[in-house]
Amino acid sequence: MSAGMYSEKVMEHFRNPRNMGEIKDADGVGRVGNPVCGDMMEIYIKVENNRIKDIKFKTFGCAAAIATSSMITELAKGKTIEEAENITRDDVAEELDGLPPIKMHCSNLAADGLREAIKDYKKRIKTK
Amino acid sequence: MKRIYLDHAATTPVDREVIEAMLPYFSKYYGNASSLHSFGREAYEALEKSREQVAKILNAENKEILFTSGGTESDNLALKGVAYKNRDKINTNGPHIITASIEHPAVLETCKYLEKEGFKIKYLSVDKYGIVDLDELSESITKDTFLISIMFANNEIGTVQPIEEIGKIAEENNVIFHTDAVQAIGKIPIDVKKLNVDLLSISSHKIYGPKGVGALFIRKSLNIKPIINGGGHERGLRSGTENIPGIVGLGKACELSRERLDGDIIYMKRLRDKLIKGVLEKIEESYLNGHPEKRLVNNAHFRFTAIEGESILMSLDEKGIAASTGSACSSKELQPSHVLLAIGLSPVEAHGSLRLTVGRENTEEEIDYVIETLPEVVSKLREISPLWNKI
Repeated sequence: MSAGMYSEKVMEHFRNPRNMGEIKDADGVGRVGNPVCGDMMEIYIKVENNRIKDIKFKTFGCAAAIATSSMITELAKGKTIEEAENITRDDVAEELDGLPPIKMHCSNLAADGLREAIKDYKKRIKTK
Repeated sequence: MKRIYLDHAATTPVDREVIEAMLPYFSKYYGNASSLHSFGREAYEALEKSREQVAKILNAENKEILFTSGGTESDNLALKGVAYKNRDKINTNGPHIITASIEHPAVLETCKYLEKEGFKIKYLSVDKYGIVDLDELSESITKDTFLISIMFANNEIGTVQPIEEIGKIAEENNVIFHTDAVQAIGKIPIDVKKLNVDLLSISSHKIYGPKGVGALFIRKSLNIKPIINGGGHERGLRSGTENIPGIVGLGKACELSRERLDGDIIYMKRLRDKLIKGVLEKIEESYLNGHPEKRLVNNAHFRFTAIEGESILMSLDEKGIAASTGSACSSKELQPSHVLLAIGLSPVEAHGSLRLTVGRENTEEEIDYVIETLPEVVSKLREISPLWNKI
């Protein structure tokens, strides 16, 4: 399969991923995917006044998995928890000028990863 | 940006001399080889000259060479051609055909198709290097077995099979033996008179010839059924007007491969060994897949812990280096390579694989550039990987 399958925007995010890394004292962490399937992603969020103040990711996977991770951090940063929760897989793909059809399901995990991180955050404030 | 092609197992550039040989056969000598007039005779002569060039590289007789559209068709014709000749065996216990789990899809999918038609197929397992177990092969043969099909060398990990020994086992048991030599030709000397091979598939575009043409060696004593019917070309075994320019290209590519074989082997092996040594030394947690010695002279196949092959491939592509991977993420089926799973790798390990296959036109400097670039690519991806720190 050739690079022709990926949009220039996917390649740009793959080349220069934004917000890469971990947040040591994160308020919520989301883990999705499975290395057995070839894609696995961790999303870390820091929340202040119900807004995502900081967000970082770590991803094992193909170029599409890395680009969608990078894109979700850009989309979610500064958003309220409710706004961030509403970001869908399709939003991520659309912002990247589309993904190859075969990648829509397996590698487009970032929106799920963010929702998991928010779920984790909500669970933590409940138990506090 | 300078581009470095290291995917010669996928395809090769057409040699300048091959192009020169082909060109007159498009518009000057365009006759149909079946026509009786002078135009037809010119095409016929070219066809038979090419047949001789192909026969020579295999040490076969001219009449034992049949032209096809490529490796896939050659494999299909070999397997179906023999199976259909043995249809009367379909109700016996089998196995009718014995093959290996690491075969190219051209063989594996043909076997699956034949299974649907009622034939019984035994898929031999391989060891961690990808080599078939000869004892398992011997034990699997029954009186119902009429065909063994085992590839000469693997297209992914480059492992070379003990073809001579397999041939002996086939001969002792009076079983027909086919081998897919698409990757082996031009990299290993092949002499069908010494090997007890009855059918052997080759393809033109892996040896600096054009795409869309190949050949099947069929031992003269062997009768098979055609899978394409029509005007009775190629002794009735492969109908359809011959692709003369392509066949001329294949013939020339075989001639050049034969002349250059010794030099090619030494040169590609040197580049391959430099590449393997450099990569394994410079990258921690990197491993070689396949056999350390019994491997194609142009094949280097690695796996890297905690990163995924398609992202390695895409990163290398950004740096001008063309590679290949057995990761699921680069396949249409989203399954990791069946070859890597068959040699016992876990799916996670298989995802982290990278194949680099050198060719005649690569240089030492290009290999130096790869040895310099690949470690950067791997460490950048490991920095992003959630699996890396945890291992």
